[in-house]
Amino acid sequence: MDRRHTDREYESELELLRDRVLLMGAHVEEVLVLAMRSYNERSVSLARSTINMDSQIDQLELEIDELAIQILARRQPVASDLRFITTTLKLVTDLERIGDLGVNICERVAELGADRSQSAHDPIPRIADVAQGMVHDALDAFVAGDAVKANQVIDRDKEVDAYYASLYPELLPRMMSNPSVVFESTRLLSIGKSLERLADHATNIAEMVVFMVKGQDVRHSGTTNPGSHG
Amino acid sequence: MTVQSPSRTRSNMNNSSRNDGSSAEETSKSRWDPPVSALVPKMKTVDLHAYFGPAEVLKGISLPIADKQVTAVIGPSGCGKSTFVRCLNRMHEVVPGARAAGRVLLDEQDIYHSDVDSVRVRRRVGMVFQKPNPFPTMSIRDNVLAGLRLNGERPDDPDSVVEKMLRRVALWDEVKDVLGRAGTGLSSGQQQRLCIARSLALEPEVLLMDEPCSALDPIATARVEELIHELRRSYTIVIVTHNMQQAARVANFTAFFYLGTLIEHDRTDVIFTRPKEQRTEDYITGRFG
Repeated sequence: MDRRHTDREYESELELLRDRVLLMGAHVEEVLVLAMRSYNERSVSLARSTINMDSQIDQLELEIDELAIQILARRQPVASDLRFITTTLKLVTDLERIGDLGVNICERVAELGADRSQSAHDPIPRIADVAQGMVHDALDAFVAGDAVKANQVIDRDKEVDAYYASLYPELLPRMMSNPSVVFESTRLLSIGKSLERLADHATNIAEMVVFMVKGQDVRHSGTTNPGSHG
Repeated sequence: MTVQSPSRTRSNMNNSSRNDGSSAEETSKSRWDPPVSALVPKMKTVDLHAYFGPAEVLKGISLPIADKQVTAVIGPSGCGKSTFVRCLNRMHEVVPGARAAGRVLLDEQDIYHSDVDSVRVRRRVGMVFQKPNPFPTMSIRDNVLAGLRLNGERPDDPDSVVEKMLRRVALWDEVKDVLGRAGTGLSSGQQQRLCIARSLALEPEVLLMDEPCSALDPIATARVEELIHELRRSYTIVIVTHNMQQAARVANFTAFFYLGTLIEHDRTDVIFTRPKEQRTEDYITGRFG
């Protein structure tokens, strides 16, 4: 059965809103990819050029907010449309923050410069892999209306938290034995913190997706078991 | 640098496609109304069928009507919602060729039982119609008393009845100095409130409202809706409406009818935020083919 709205203009307004969120999500993911590439390749120039991409994300946030408010005012959406629009309104705030955290990483990469020391074991890429994967999957879950995938994202936040918790004990002995790496290590801690926080924002998005799909609020529950709320 | 999202396309963003992962649970936590399973019914239909000649317009409706709450009946034209409310006070059978089968319980008593007087039923279950219909030859005052007089009653103090009923519908201050004027001289919103006062004069327990605001402007509609909020303290109200926002605004419970069947009945906030049935979802979001 065709699930499009009888009113095609309304349908196209919702599609436009979806498209803009999609575009914003793509920009945010791109910032993260480039931020981590600049980190891995020690490229200060790439870090600096990536910082400039943030303004596009900010602009899209404003545009999406305005579109969503217009639809609320003019269409009085209900049911899945209402959940989609209210989710969108909240989701862009987290997306924008993820973009900001990507910029923060680029700023730290620029501070580290091209000559940072070689470490046999660099803990940052493994945190980045999981955190970036969470952002990607949270957005995929939003696109597909997939609550199962969203719940998997929520569960993975613990993994990032554990990695981040191990970062300080890992870096501390290095800093104590060699004060010359303190500057670098504090930057690595900051990058780790940014990754941990962006994973939190991805978790927020995933929780909103569960609400959008199922009409069920799983925030602040300490569990993703849907049967335990109510 | 071009930014692309190759794995995501608009076509797979249809927000009606779902992967719930588990059975949907009722997790509602309304601050206002009890769950539908806990409602205390004032009336109840049990396998109610209604016919116009050979055409079956209600196909077995079983629906509880919550006591001293507002129940809205929504659905597309021809779904049987007006017929349904007309069965609740035996107005349906007044139409030649129309009949009903099944049970309609009012305080557990079947109003279609052969011992039950339909006139008595209509006193207990009053009705307000789509178009305000004050009696054209009567004054405002006489319109309020018309129902009582048609039932052969002569109140001891008719003036106090008039004042009490007009106050109850928030019309007293507007008409107290012109009670002798024709009811038809009032604005349509005032006329509708006058008709509600006329129904209330019979002290019904249930008030049926069939599209009571469809002929009214937004201000008059807001007044009637405010009145509905007030009246539900004392009366059980069933409202039929095409205006879904109105159902969302005034009703505690909402029933969605389609092609003579009851598709879904739940708390209004549940119906308008996370209905369980796809047909309800499609209708209220405007996806109905």
